[in-house]
Amino acid sequence: MYFCGKYPIIEKKTLGAEIYSVVVYAPEQANAAQVGQFVNISAPGYTLRRPISICGIDRERGTLRFVFEVRGEGTKAIAAENDTLDILGPLGKGFEIPESGKIIAVGGGIGVPPLLGISKACRERVTAILGFRDYSKIILDKEFSKNGSNVILCTDDGSVGRKGVVSAPLEEELQKGGVEVVMACGPMPMLRATADVCKKLNVPCQVSLEQRMGCGVGACVVCSCMTVKNGEELYSRVCKDGPVFNAEEVRF
Amino acid sequence: MSDALKVKIAGVEFKNPVIAASGTYGNGECYTDLYPISRLGGISCKGMTITPRLGNPPPRIAETPSGILNSVGLQNIGVRGFAEKYLPELKKSDCVIIANVAGAAVEDYIAAAEILDCTAVDMIELNISCPNVKAGGAAWGISRENAAMVTSSVRKATKKPLIVKLTPNVTDIAEIAKAVEAAGADSISLINTLLGMRIDIKTRRPVLKNNMGGLSGPAVFPVAVRMVRQCYKAVKIPIIGMGGVSSWQDAVEIMLAGAAAVQMGTALFSDPYSPLKVIDGLENYLKREGISSISEIVGKCEEWG
Repeated sequence: MYFCGKYPIIEKKTLGAEIYSVVVYAPEQANAAQVGQFVNISAPGYTLRRPISICGIDRERGTLRFVFEVRGEGTKAIAAENDTLDILGPLGKGFEIPESGKIIAVGGGIGVPPLLGISKACRERVTAILGFRDYSKIILDKEFSKNGSNVILCTDDGSVGRKGVVSAPLEEELQKGGVEVVMACGPMPMLRATADVCKKLNVPCQVSLEQRMGCGVGACVVCSCMTVKNGEELYSRVCKDGPVFNAEEVRF
Repeated sequence: MSDALKVKIAGVEFKNPVIAASGTYGNGECYTDLYPISRLGGISCKGMTITPRLGNPPPRIAETPSGILNSVGLQNIGVRGFAEKYLPELKKSDCVIIANVAGAAVEDYIAAAEILDCTAVDMIELNISCPNVKAGGAAWGISRENAAMVTSSVRKATKKPLIVKLTPNVTDIAEIAKAVEAAGADSISLINTLLGMRIDIKTRRPVLKNNMGGLSGPAVFPVAVRMVRQCYKAVKIPIIGMGGVSSWQDAVEIMLAGAAAVQMGTALFSDPYSPLKVIDGLENYLKREGISSISEIVGKCEEWG
């Protein structure tokens, strides 16, 4: 079930250069939202809404939180809104979170926000391997820690945490054994590398994909990604069949 | 809702003149969380072909000033898939169901129409204007002879009311309109998208993987109004106007140009409620202006001498 309407912004702050954290009061959407889903937010002056992942769901307060980066004129227009946001959501298929067992959340850059919900739901069961370009881009790591999750930070330049990409620490963690599932969101090369490592070590992997989107509700089929289902190649809709897919199904 | 919004096209009654445009509304299943499709006058279903099609590789969409480019490439589950999977549910609604049909060869159009003829669809919209597939689509719509040939062939294959959807990517759309009217079309719909292209200046690559795509949205609205007007003056069959219609004022404008009903597509992406707002806006407009039927305004643009 999704909804569409204008919702009041009740909290807004920056987490870094051009990265915003916005909380809206949207009880019906908060009530329906699942971890890993997204919303489509209207960008004043632009034809297309912008898909933005849900970072936090608080059903008691009736709020949703979004953490997003200003990437172009549309997200800039959204970031400039101070009173309300016109939101279509919650949309798509989120993460399938197992009731027990260890989970590894792998995030890259602005792909980290939708993983925070996994940490909030599963606390100590989660190890979050979070990769950023450099120290100035690091977001949300302390919130994962506050939830009791184990955080492994990586930066491309080694300015904080381990130097290099997330796949090396991921492989080490998986070698330790006992991991139920890996859940990943970030740039395509990172997702591909994550899926490869998981396949090699035979651990289930869910990936959250991104694609240029139109309607957001499955009607226009522009946000396709190539998938394999029952041995057959077909385009799936990132907005409706995803954004979270089993990595095995995705043709990277 | 009052009777003032009722329109009749090719013998089919629409309770209001607002129709969801093909390719933007799925097969009616995607927006039901917000409102029942019965609120609409009609729905033109996702373009279908005789056999299922995979569609074009992504990215399939690019934003443009006041519009979008798309190159979906007729991804669909085929006519039989549509009839089995979607049509029964669609028929439970109280709106006119239009099957939009495309093909690579004239035999494909005929075969699809023959199958649809035995189903409960209310009308067939012949898509001879898709700009995004190499074989077929627009290849039919850019020549009078081909447009007439495919229209008359499908005309023989079905008794369903036949709408022919025209492409704006031609020198003289009125000539095509006259050709399909003479070939047996009951109605025409226009405009399909305008062929366009965008290039990423950093990568020097087209934004769309298909290189080119179809432009829609408010950017094309004046072109749509002009072409509807030209066709209105050229043919007697009713016209379904589309191309960037986003508000009730747009709907009135394109109807004054000559459209008996309107289709809305891209506007849904900005505001899924936009068709309902247009319906309400039209109803209020008629009341305010003291007009008893929306059909009274069709074609009533008074051109300068």
